[in-house]
Amino acid sequence: MIVFDHVTKKFAANVGLEDVSIKINKGDFVFVVGPTGAGKSTFIKLILKEIEADSGSIKVSGKEITTMANREIPKLRRNIGIVFQDFRLLPKKTVYENVAFAMEIIHMSPKQIRKQVPAVLSLVGISNKANKYPHELSQGEQQRVAIARAIVNNPTVLIADEPTGNLDPDTAWEIMRLLEQINLRGTTIVMVTHAKDIVDKMGKRVVAIEKGHIVRDEFGSYGKDTNGMGMYPGGLLKKSYVR
Amino acid sequence: MFGSFWYSIKQAALQVVRNRAMSIASLFSITAMMLILGLFFVLIVNIGVAMETAKMDYDTVSVYLTDEVTYDSAMKMADQLRAMSEVAEVSYLDKDTALSQWKVQYWGENAYLLDTLPENPLPNSIEVTVKELSGADAVVEKAKSFQGVEDIKYYRDTVQKLVKITDSLKVAMLIIMAFLVLVSIVVVSNTIKLTVFARQREIEIMKYVGATNWFIRGPFLAEGIFIGIIAAGISVGVVAALYGKIVQLMGTDMSLMIGSPMVSVQFLVVNLVWVFLALGISIGACGSIVSMRRFLDT
Repeated sequence: MIVFDHVTKKFAANVGLEDVSIKINKGDFVFVVGPTGAGKSTFIKLILKEIEADSGSIKVSGKEITTMANREIPKLRRNIGIVFQDFRLLPKKTVYENVAFAMEIIHMSPKQIRKQVPAVLSLVGISNKANKYPHELSQGEQQRVAIARAIVNNPTVLIADEPTGNLDPDTAWEIMRLLEQINLRGTTIVMVTHAKDIVDKMGKRVVAIEKGHIVRDEFGSYGKDTNGMGMYPGGLLKKSYVR
Repeated sequence: MFGSFWYSIKQAALQVVRNRAMSIASLFSITAMMLILGLFFVLIVNIGVAMETAKMDYDTVSVYLTDEVTYDSAMKMADQLRAMSEVAEVSYLDKDTALSQWKVQYWGENAYLLDTLPENPLPNSIEVTVKELSGADAVVEKAKSFQGVEDIKYYRDTVQKLVKITDSLKVAMLIIMAFLVLVSIVVVSNTIKLTVFARQREIEIMKYVGATNWFIRGPFLAEGIFIGIIAAGISVGVVAALYGKIVQLMGTDMSLMIGSPMVSVQFLVVNLVWVFLALGISIGACGSIVSMRRFLDT
């Protein structure tokens, strides 16, 4: 599904990723963890071809993307859904319109939109808020809208960049259950997170990145902090320093 | 395809309404540019027409003959001139016809004063029309070789000076016009940049979801073109009204002063509409593409 083969991406100030090789299979649920500036964002940006790798090969759905022409990028991204920590909804559009927008952009017919949007809203559990505006929703509901928008076009991969970072623990768990449910439908999920408790309890594959290298790739827990501070701040603690 | 076309139009209309203040600001700037352009255009067209009229008046060489030259020998001279490749037309003008033409053209109502002349002061002449002004020299040389030529009149120097002056005027105006067009593009691109800023988040999301660059550009392009077209409409209207007034006020005086009529308002409007529409559309389109470039890098 996603294959990195000896990928290096350096920035002027620091190493983004160095000689990274990893394989994520179809239907996997992968947590990407690591301290700030370790290379997690670089990893995601490379998958989306937002930045170019200096060397190595990256394949998404069997397609080599490092040599892909710029005009093919939209096609690549239609195959990848993305969810952010700060939701990134359009404030002047209703919930329904925010989700429909993702379909309009790729030239779906109004008929398909009318059929697909309510189905997805029902899947993420906010059918009753379809005509509300984002500011009228709770944070958890907003993230559900963002997830609905990310999956409405049936991408094969869903990338979640700290999707629970702005949420309280209970809401964070609701979102995690939703992601798990989406994963069960066959969508590959790559989730970047700092939430130790979530990673530990989910018991999924965990890829730890530090200073541009993958230092651990196994099923199980968030793992130990290597900078001598004990555990990574996770869950509630994490939340307090993000704000 | 049509879906995204209508999407662009719809979005552009929404944006223009949402960013009323900015849209109106750029509309005014482009309209102002176009008004200045329009006035230059009017000037250039009128100068051009005046020049053509002047050239038409001055593309004849008059060969004045002494009274001793008989009609037959004058005809022989005319035939020789007619044989030249530079010559378009040759006609013989006898002194009586010349006098009556002169009366009509220059004396008008006072022509009766000329009736008191003891004899006709005008000579017989051969009027040679040249194909190109540059051919006049050869005609003059040829005519000089004839017996019984009293004088030869032609206006080459005058015409050439006029052509030179108007040519450099035209170049100067074209440079100013090009400059104004450039300024308009900068103004439009800045306006659109502001609307792009306002919708940066939307554009970012569009890119993540997989919208093509042209799909994202569409609404902004339509917005630029829309503003350009409206500006063109307003400017044509204002220039036409102003010019109409000017023609009305001094049309006849002007034609007496420079010896050529002013270009008609209808002719000008028809041409101006196309020129301004083309300009407005390209200024709007260039402006929006320039302003979008940075946002569509990845």
